[in-house]
Amino acid sequence: MNKRSHSIAFWAGVAVFLVAVLSMTQIVRNEYPFFAGYVILQFIALAVAWTILGGYAGYVNFGTNAFFGVGVYTAVALFKATGAPLVVQIAAAAVVGMLLGFGVGLLTLRMRGIFFSIATIALAIIIETFVMNWRFVGGAAGIQLQRPPVMAPFDSYVKMLFFVQAILVVIAVGIARYIQNSRMGRGLQALRDDELAAECTGVPTLKLKLVACMISGALMSAVGAPAAMYLQYADPSSAFNLTYSVSALAMSLIGGTAHWIGPVLGAILLGSTQQFLAVTISSEVNVLVLGIMLVLFVVGAPKGIIGLLRPRYRLRAGGKQ
Amino acid sequence: MDLLLGAVVLGVLLGCFYAAVSVGLSVSFGLLDVPHVAHPAFLVLASYGVYQLNDSYDLDPLLAGLAITPLFFLFGLLAYRVYYETFERRGSDAGVRGIAFFFGIAFIIEVLIILQFGVDQRSVTATYIGKSWRFGEFRVPIRQLVAFAVALALTVVLAVYLSKTFMGRAIRAVAQDEEALRLMGANPVRIKQFAFGIATAVLGIAGALLIIVAPVEPTLDRAYIGRTFCVVVMAGLGSISGTLIAAIILGVAESIVLTMFGASWAPAISFAMLLGVLAVRPQGLLGR
Repeated sequence: MNKRSHSIAFWAGVAVFLVAVLSMTQIVRNEYPFFAGYVILQFIALAVAWTILGGYAGYVNFGTNAFFGVGVYTAVALFKATGAPLVVQIAAAAVVGMLLGFGVGLLTLRMRGIFFSIATIALAIIIETFVMNWRFVGGAAGIQLQRPPVMAPFDSYVKMLFFVQAILVVIAVGIARYIQNSRMGRGLQALRDDELAAECTGVPTLKLKLVACMISGALMSAVGAPAAMYLQYADPSSAFNLTYSVSALAMSLIGGTAHWIGPVLGAILLGSTQQFLAVTISSEVNVLVLGIMLVLFVVGAPKGIIGLLRPRYRLRAGGKQ
Repeated sequence: MDLLLGAVVLGVLLGCFYAAVSVGLSVSFGLLDVPHVAHPAFLVLASYGVYQLNDSYDLDPLLAGLAITPLFFLFGLLAYRVYYETFERRGSDAGVRGIAFFFGIAFIIEVLIILQFGVDQRSVTATYIGKSWRFGEFRVPIRQLVAFAVALALTVVLAVYLSKTFMGRAIRAVAQDEEALRLMGANPVRIKQFAFGIATAVLGIAGALLIIVAPVEPTLDRAYIGRTFCVVVMAGLGSISGTLIAAIILGVAESIVLTMFGASWAPAISFAMLLGVLAVRPQGLLGR
């Protein structure tokens, strides 16, 4: 009964959030809040997607940029070849991201700890190198994109992208929340705490990791798909920038990885701080803040913000204490 | 054919240089099991230190590298202390958070370099930079020969140190069985801290070589994550002699691909080899 009322509260919250976002696009005239807000929403979705594999299962994926970049370039290639609308681009990116997640998972998920992390960095660089040598999408120089006319009820493309990204956030959070409360989530947490013991008690560890990697990858690529239209430009070194990986990981760890709300809080906190700093100081200071916050939290608050806010929570879902 | 031979020769020179930049990681990651992804960031930091000394006092880059070595040694002692107190002593979850920790450190170093020196490439001046020797058809830049000689010497000295001296053997012992060492009355943490100091100190010279071989930029460490980890994993964790062999294999492979297919494919080579090694032979060529 309690679980059910939780669900009702959650979906009511989601509805309020979407209505608020939609009415904001109709009321606010200035475009800047949407430019900044888009980036924050993008990072919330990325951080939540990262947590499905990195947090629940404890596999530190440094390949967020690979999935993000593949999403960007799936959208670019599709748009250039067929002029497909945004929704199709996002769906295609999700499918490609899922396939990539399957491939990456098969290749790397038997590795533990740092070997897995390094292998995911490796895949990102290899894919980036292929895209750099792919003439059709502009190669290393990048490609300019012309935005198609905007659809009603939006009066600008950026506002529309803002709303689209909000929907992606809801999808990511919905999936992460579902997984966390399901058998799959418990299986992932069991294998994070002790993979061998989990395997011995009958948890299908490899299968769970693979599925987590596919879902996480599909979400990350879907989040990347609108980025080219947002910037009206795509180039490999921005699309595959390592900063996406570190941001997704930092936001998750700062927020706390045991619960889906952790990455949401982390991304809101860090994302809005960064947006503020980027305007007031410089984009370099952004990355500095990212690094310092990551190190401070990893050292000082291993359970992240949710660990600080709710000590009792540790007993419920924090795993071994 | 001559082209290929030239590529192989340059590859061997390059490979010895890769050994010098990787050999510290072979100690910190290979022997001590520290997930030190910030190793290449420390390397680039050392290069900027060398640049600063060269630029301000016109000091020879190699001497400058030697001059910052003690500083890097202390830096290494401190870094290990922090790592030990926060992760190893507490035990649980050290892997995940340790990697994130060093990644954070690497990012902080990158940005601090950008804030101090800007994003432009920086290079050093010395009498041996810019000239080259001709061997029949192809030329070899003298800067690469210098880097090769110093790198080879550095790697050999470290290998001898670890296998012949008392402290070197203690480091290898702590890597093999920490508990046994503790029972014999030694302090494994002190030994590991010293070893990490050595691994970081070596970067002073390696950083000098890095900026002698080619100009550096703040985010260069990202390319060297692949190279250094490729070498250390291919070598077999903690094998110093293996480091030299693996580094030469990587150097030759990069050099040949560069000659045959062009520079645009170069960044992927070390990472592709790393993935290949992890998939096929995770214990490396000379696995422990």
